[in-house]
Amino acid sequence: MTPSATALKVEKVAVHFGGLVALSDMNFTVGEGEIVSLIGPNGAGKTTAFNVVTGFLNPTRGAVSYRGTALNGLKPHQIADLGLARTFQRTSVFPNDTVYDNLLIGLHRQGRVNLLEAILGLPRARSSERRLRERASELVEWVGLERRAHDLAGSLSYGEQRLVGVALALAAEPSMLLLDEPVSGMNASETHAFVQLVRSIRDRGVTILLVEHDMPMVMSVSDRIVVLNYGRIIAEGPPDVIRNDPAVIEAYLGQGASRA
Amino acid sequence: MKSGITILSVVVFASVPLWLRDPYLMNALITTGIFVIGAMSLNLLLGFTGQLSLGHIAFFGIGAYVSALTSLGFDVGLPFGLRIVHTPWPPIAGFVLAIAIAGLCGYLVGLLSFRVRGAYFVIVTISFAEVVRLVALNWVELTQGPLALTNIPSMTIGLPGLGELTLRTKLQNYYLVLSVALVTYLLISRLVHSHFGRAMRGLMENETLAVSVGIDVTKTLTLAAVISAGIAGAAGSLYAHYIRIIDPEVFAFINTVTMVIMVITGGKGSLAGPVVGGMIFGLLPVFLRPIMAPEAQWIAYGGVLIVILFVLPRGIVPSLAQRFAKRPGRAEKAAPVAFSERGVKEHA
Repeated sequence: MTPSATALKVEKVAVHFGGLVALSDMNFTVGEGEIVSLIGPNGAGKTTAFNVVTGFLNPTRGAVSYRGTALNGLKPHQIADLGLARTFQRTSVFPNDTVYDNLLIGLHRQGRVNLLEAILGLPRARSSERRLRERASELVEWVGLERRAHDLAGSLSYGEQRLVGVALALAAEPSMLLLDEPVSGMNASETHAFVQLVRSIRDRGVTILLVEHDMPMVMSVSDRIVVLNYGRIIAEGPPDVIRNDPAVIEAYLGQGASRA
Repeated sequence: MKSGITILSVVVFASVPLWLRDPYLMNALITTGIFVIGAMSLNLLLGFTGQLSLGHIAFFGIGAYVSALTSLGFDVGLPFGLRIVHTPWPPIAGFVLAIAIAGLCGYLVGLLSFRVRGAYFVIVTISFAEVVRLVALNWVELTQGPLALTNIPSMTIGLPGLGELTLRTKLQNYYLVLSVALVTYLLISRLVHSHFGRAMRGLMENETLAVSVGIDVTKTLTLAAVISAGIAGAAGSLYAHYIRIIDPEVFAFINTVTMVIMVITGGKGSLAGPVVGGMIFGLLPVFLRPIMAPEAQWIAYGGVLIVILFVLPRGIVPSLAQRFAKRPGRAEKAAPVAFSERGVKEHA
């Protein structure tokens, strides 16, 4: 699949934490409607790269742009306004609210009516509220959590909480979704269902960048894979190429494996 | 059931003057009501955004002083030979100004401290209250300092067609406080159930996630602080025009602590919590007075607080609500249909 236009562009990005070089000179792009995965062994800089792209971390050098707009220095909520949404590895839900209420919170950007209208319960505020509730139900259905809609999100299994996290990200109606290790802690069937979900999201025109450990999952879902090790990109290409790339095999299995 | 209890409470409170003739108890109810309004405003911050304002009485006191000075008039000299002379305005104008200026102070305090939050917000609010107290104590030309502002006029309200009504009696003041408390309750209820309230809850539960779904932290918290401070200012204004004398002691730290205790025992983050907690700790002194010295009363409050939090750790209202909701809650879980029904109804 050849992408028609570049959605996300990461140029010469470097991140230093004091003397530690977490990322050095990273370049890659994600095309519109593509599913791209960022993989690498532990400590390779995946999450750092992810945080730079989502604006939670400012790069020491270099620039990230989305559809031509530079993300450097923007606040996370401004980046969300550009259409970029992310999920989190650990903290993916509002634990003390029901799944349904989680999504109502997640729909914050859609529900901006004047505060006075909301307090007085004017028609515009009411119809906006009704729309939000409809939308929340749709999202719950989309990720397949109808049966859990009225349970506290904190009481769900890890896998289900991940789904809530994805639904929350989708609530912002993003044009690009960034998933941070979404299937860690999921069993095989949950992972399989998740792959289907990722595809269905892409089919609705959402570009996807995935950071993941689970190799079979990455291989089956990605259009393109970017491999990081020690803060730099060591390989990039479609799954079939990556699978046989000696540098990748070495990074994952050690030097002996690549010689053998 | 919930709105049933609310309506019933309103009816009971409204009927109190019909069967209660004791002026001392009426007085206790009015001052308690004023403090309940203050506690509700504190709950908006503490219970719904998780930010503890330990100087909340500052907004209350500012409201009291602004309202008193607006209705009394003043003549103060400023540096560079400037003078401000203010002729008395009707107390209702003081009430409105009290809300506006207390709200403005809430905005400034919020703006200063919400960049860092948590413990820093607590420190900034304590310091703010202390600074305001010192100003009230030492700017004698404006505030009379420790001599207190006296002869503050009673609240007057203009009724269309009926002319001006001055609220002198306890009965009138009781209904005034009850009305303001009711409006405050409804306001906060609407607020926390709106998208703005959801943003506050999201921030309290999981800030990182809230930010990523596009909630603006500083804006949301500052707005909550403004509204909270404005309501506290309104309560202060009611206090000034009812007691009709205020001195810098109104800013005492113990007053903030009282409000915090009201909110915590009643249940922070629940709408009725501060009302229940406020009624308990507002009326407790009345009933303890005949049997205990004031010093011993403070110990008794401590005891009551510990017992309540030991038995009902989340506060009275949330703990009881949970206990009563247990059985229906289980039924709901067994029937996930409830959700789709709701969806269908709203689609239609």
